[in-house]
Amino acid sequence: MSVVAITPDYKFEAKDRFENFHGNQIVYVGWDHHLMFCSAFAYPVPPATTFKELRDGVMQEAFEMHPEYSKVNWETATWLLDNKPFEPQLDKSLQEQGIGHKSLLRFQTPELKGYKNAGV
Amino acid sequence: MVAKKLNLKDKYRALTRDLDWDYDYSDRKKAFPYEEFEGIKITDWSKWEDPFRLTMDAYWKYQAEKEKKLYAIFDAFSQNNGHLNVTDARYVNAIKVFLTGVSPLEYQAFQGYAHVGRQFGGAGARVACQMQSIDELRHVQTQVHAMSHYNKFFDGFQDWTHMHDRVWYLSVPKSFFDDARSAGPFEFLIAISFSFEYVLTNLLFVPFMSGAAHNGDMATCTFGFSAQSDEARHMTLGLEIIKFLLEQHEDNVPIVQKWIDKWFWRGTRLLAIVAMMMDYMLPNKVMSWKEAWEVYFEDAGGALFKDLARYGIRMPKFVETTAKEKEHISHQAWWIFYTHGHAAGFHTWIPSDEELDWLSEKYPDTFDKYYRPRWELAKEMEARGERFYTKALPQLCTTCQIPMGFTEMDNPTQIAYRSSDYEGEKYHFCSDGCKHIFDQEPEKYVQSWLPVHQIYQGNCGGANVEEVLRDYYKMNLGEDNMDFKGSSDEKRWNEWKRKGVA
Amino acid sequence: MSKVYLALQDNDDSRYIVEAIIEDNQEATVINQPAMIRIESTGELVVRRSTVEEKIGRDWDVQELHLSLITLGGNVDEDEDQLRLSWNV
Repeated sequence: MSVVAITPDYKFEAKDRFENFHGNQIVYVGWDHHLMFCSAFAYPVPPATTFKELRDGVMQEAFEMHPEYSKVNWETATWLLDNKPFEPQLDKSLQEQGIGHKSLLRFQTPELKGYKNAGV
Repeated sequence: MVAKKLNLKDKYRALTRDLDWDYDYSDRKKAFPYEEFEGIKITDWSKWEDPFRLTMDAYWKYQAEKEKKLYAIFDAFSQNNGHLNVTDARYVNAIKVFLTGVSPLEYQAFQGYAHVGRQFGGAGARVACQMQSIDELRHVQTQVHAMSHYNKFFDGFQDWTHMHDRVWYLSVPKSFFDDARSAGPFEFLIAISFSFEYVLTNLLFVPFMSGAAHNGDMATCTFGFSAQSDEARHMTLGLEIIKFLLEQHEDNVPIVQKWIDKWFWRGTRLLAIVAMMMDYMLPNKVMSWKEAWEVYFEDAGGALFKDLARYGIRMPKFVETTAKEKEHISHQAWWIFYTHGHAAGFHTWIPSDEELDWLSEKYPDTFDKYYRPRWELAKEMEARGERFYTKALPQLCTTCQIPMGFTEMDNPTQIAYRSSDYEGEKYHFCSDGCKHIFDQEPEKYVQSWLPVHQIYQGNCGGANVEEVLRDYYKMNLGEDNMDFKGSSDEKRWNEWKRKGVA
Repeated sequence: MSKVYLALQDNDDSRYIVEAIIEDNQEATVINQPAMIRIESTGELVVRRSTVEEKIGRDWDVQELHLSLITLGGNVDEDEDQLRLSWNV
């Protein structure tokens, strides 16, 4: 389907294309079943950022506010990249492992049920 | 011989249709260049019937009378320090949301109807749009006048037009209307006159305004009901437009249905803000959002769609999702704002114990299970002196632009994630409805001005959130934002009450 | 049959209009809410000029209803003698 427009060739460049972010790409990160954070976070990071830098550096400040975050066992936590199972490689860059501009990363920690076991 | 007074029907005919003229020396298509490109087929404009048969002379007469009554009340309200009679200073924050989020839409509606009113070949439609355009201008003016009284005493009212154009959460209502106004004239009418005015605005103007009255806010209740007295006419116009289009040509039916599907969903997302105003921002409650949804959408809208079934129109797509969302949407929306209270131009707060109990009672299947724990965590943190403000920027839905905080309705502890790929770019959505809208017209929504991305692209002034809020949004930091507890609004309110100024 | 409804501001004029509606529509239900009065009825609702005039004790133009009307639901048919709300199903 497409827009029914009075202008012939109704076409615009995507406002959020990679080139507009001054060398950064956007990565979204969400923690499933932990709704203390109302939504996934949006991070602008260089594509050369390693997964380790993302996880232990970038993500730390916002996620550590959750009472369960320090209990997360990264050995057993599972990940989805753009809704498909994903095994992150800590020392490789985002770009090298297919985490693209506006990719969504979700992690799951089934043993942690959220604040008061309520998914919060 | 004295001429017999014209009856209503003849008068309407004389003062609308008879003002029209034929185009004998010019091309009619050139005079109305936007009338055909959307694919809508009009075979006979004379079939357009305004059931109220309101003519311009009667319009001015009644509008003038409404206006006189309204301003008499504004004067009385202000002369009697009406702001001191509201239930609680927290309530005033709902009015801040209204001024920055809704009143500018009235102005957009004024511009929109002025524009489409010029574009229709039928005189009846042109006159109806002209009246509605003037009505909408009146609404923004009366709302600004009513709320200017609050601006003298409370924070957050000072820069509403500027904020509407820039602030992150106000991009939700702004982009809604930008979307409608950048569509063709018939889609605009279905979007605003039908889906918005007829199907949805009752939820904003009727139970919420009744709530304003119930919270001692005479000024807001009065401008709301005065505006709504025009809306009753707009609603009738909305119903008339849809019947007219459906009767004109069967080819119009699928086009109209597609627009109903789109604008119903766009509208329900916009109303998430009203839902939270109803459930969380009115200290004295009238009805819950869920109850309001049942009365004003499920019953009233249900009757409407049953009536339209004979034209081959069905209920809007995703209506079954809204039946589940009514249990959740207000709680999820208020949590988004509470956790972003540092970045909002109004105050947020944890509901009082009585309010939490009221919510449990009104939402027996969902509140204690899913939402009360969030407030218990918030309370715990507040008690430690660490009022919870989230520290990173949220992912936004490309279509509705709301932070992606809405959940799967059958799995309410899991955020709903939807996405589409279009020409090599990824796009994210909060719901099937928002994804569907994007997929229908991706060329339009690739242009979404998403506030979080705009900040990261460096288009919002500052290098950090504080600079964006202060310099680009022009929020008065430390006054307009943060929790109600400890705010200047709260301090002044307590001072007035202590001194017994009231 | 679906319900039609209208809501009026709770003011002096509306009181008489509501009285007239109740008299002309035996089925109608009146619901009082803060600052407003909601009247609903199955299938149809009529506001008749003659009845309102009788209650209010003066000439009353059906279009004066706009001064107090907050909202309505149903197909509208109005002329100088009445306003009728109805659903076809």
